[in-house]
Amino acid sequence: MSIKVDNVSFTYMKKTPFQVNALKNISFEIKDGDFVGIVGHTGSGKSTLIQIISGLLKEYEGNVVIDGIDYNDKKADRTRLRRLVGVVFQYPEYQLFEETVEKDIAFGPKKLGLDEKEAEERVKVAMDLVGLDYDMYRDVSPFQLSGGQKRKVAIAGVLAMEPQILILDEPIAGLDPQGRENFLELIKSLNECGMTILMVSHNMDNLVEYAKRIIVLKDGELFMDGTPAEVFADKEKVAEASLNLPEVASFCDRLREKGFDVPDSIIRYEQLKDYIISTVGGSYDD
Amino acid sequence: MIKNMTIGQYFPADSFVHKLDPRTKLIITFILIIFVFLIHSLPGYISMVAFLALTIAFSKISFRLVLKSIRSIWFVIFITFILNIFFLKGEEILFEWQFIRIYREGLIKACEMAGRLVILVIISSMLTYTTSAKEITDAIEILFGPLKKLRFPVHEMALMMSIALRFIPTLLEETDRIMKAQTARGASFDTGGLISRIKGMLPILIPLFISAFKRAEDLALAMEARCYHGGDNRTRLVEYHYKFRDLIAFALTALEIVIILIAK
Repeated sequence: MSIKVDNVSFTYMKKTPFQVNALKNISFEIKDGDFVGIVGHTGSGKSTLIQIISGLLKEYEGNVVIDGIDYNDKKADRTRLRRLVGVVFQYPEYQLFEETVEKDIAFGPKKLGLDEKEAEERVKVAMDLVGLDYDMYRDVSPFQLSGGQKRKVAIAGVLAMEPQILILDEPIAGLDPQGRENFLELIKSLNECGMTILMVSHNMDNLVEYAKRIIVLKDGELFMDGTPAEVFADKEKVAEASLNLPEVASFCDRLREKGFDVPDSIIRYEQLKDYIISTVGGSYDD
Repeated sequence: MIKNMTIGQYFPADSFVHKLDPRTKLIITFILIIFVFLIHSLPGYISMVAFLALTIAFSKISFRLVLKSIRSIWFVIFITFILNIFFLKGEEILFEWQFIRIYREGLIKACEMAGRLVILVIISSMLTYTTSAKEITDAIEILFGPLKKLRFPVHEMALMMSIALRFIPTLLEETDRIMKAQTARGASFDTGGLISRIKGMLPILIPLFISAFKRAEDLALAMEARCYHGGDNRTRLVEYHYKFRDLIAFALTALEIVIILIAK
């Protein structure tokens, strides 16, 4: 499922004093099975971009072609788009509304036209993926759950639609460190199974560890595009987009100041560990 | 999706009308609304329209915005017009076709009613275009102040109003967000019959209510944590004083009222 964004622009509140150009002539292409991180300062157009890709904002200029079809075309089958693209919004727990966890997760699959039995099957799989016990939680009201569990239910609701492209807007905001790690591991394994992932995040450390490609937006324009190593190697440009460096990269900078010759390619914890061991000596367990 | 609302929106600017005391604007609005119903002659309407045109000219609000406020209720105006034109009986028949009869009196009445509605909408939207919600609630609180003696909770009411107004945009944004999230899950809100449409609203309404209650609870807690208690001995951030321009505004309004009463 490749995504092709071609010369897309978007303006909020057109022809009023509050007019804002949220996106300006954005073009890029995302390969099937890629894991793309979208970063940018507040107001850089990230949310607008993912809403356009997922077909929720329609009055844009330019084309978005998913798997060869432009879904903004009136003749296009939008149900198919819903089947292809799953969206997890910021604080997705606010979209829960059903009486029981099972019904809520089954909402999406049923809207896709699946029957009871198929939907139940999907609910089981989705709950298993996010780590909620099916028999224990199926009849519980989602509003009785804790914040973290609610989020799991909401995400399961999207996964149960079995999308081939998963779009996530700040999915880990407000989760505890353990919850973050579990969630990112889940996303990673979904990606390894072939799901295309688009993730908006402010957390550079997570993106460096998990994303294969990073797109940086600045004031509605495509500012940088490349692998995490490429993007974070250009430190001036990253600073210009008002982004932080990942912890590892800024640690390497510190080492360089102290006279160590650290290669630019080191941006992950594992790489840093290997480098320190190879220069200082010793082993992992020390 | 639903952000393009203009009715009740404040457009900040530096103009004569904007700078008027909110109490002045509220009182004048109230008086004008009453007197619109006392106009029965063409000169009366002309003077009213002239008065409003003057207000718009001195408010730096673009004429397009004023038209937009009328457009949002054109359907009500249209229905009023149609009802009056077809169902009012008079003596002089202007037009007859099968069972449809249009009388001269009906036509005049229909124009009058539609005109009144347009004038009412313009008056009230001029108030909200040029006065922030904060100023309006302050004005209400001060003007209703004497009711405190009758143990009427004026301050609490004004506070409730300002909080309600403050949260309208927030809730609209929230609705927009929830709608998008549910659309992404395959929900649709504008297809099917009435029942399925109402059912289709549930995935929006339930989360919206839950978050509204949560917000209210959070706000109450935050206010209590900062020892908020309103009413007695509470001072105001902005003190209002009548200025010379308020006198001018009142004088013009008085003139308008006299014209209306004479032209009657």
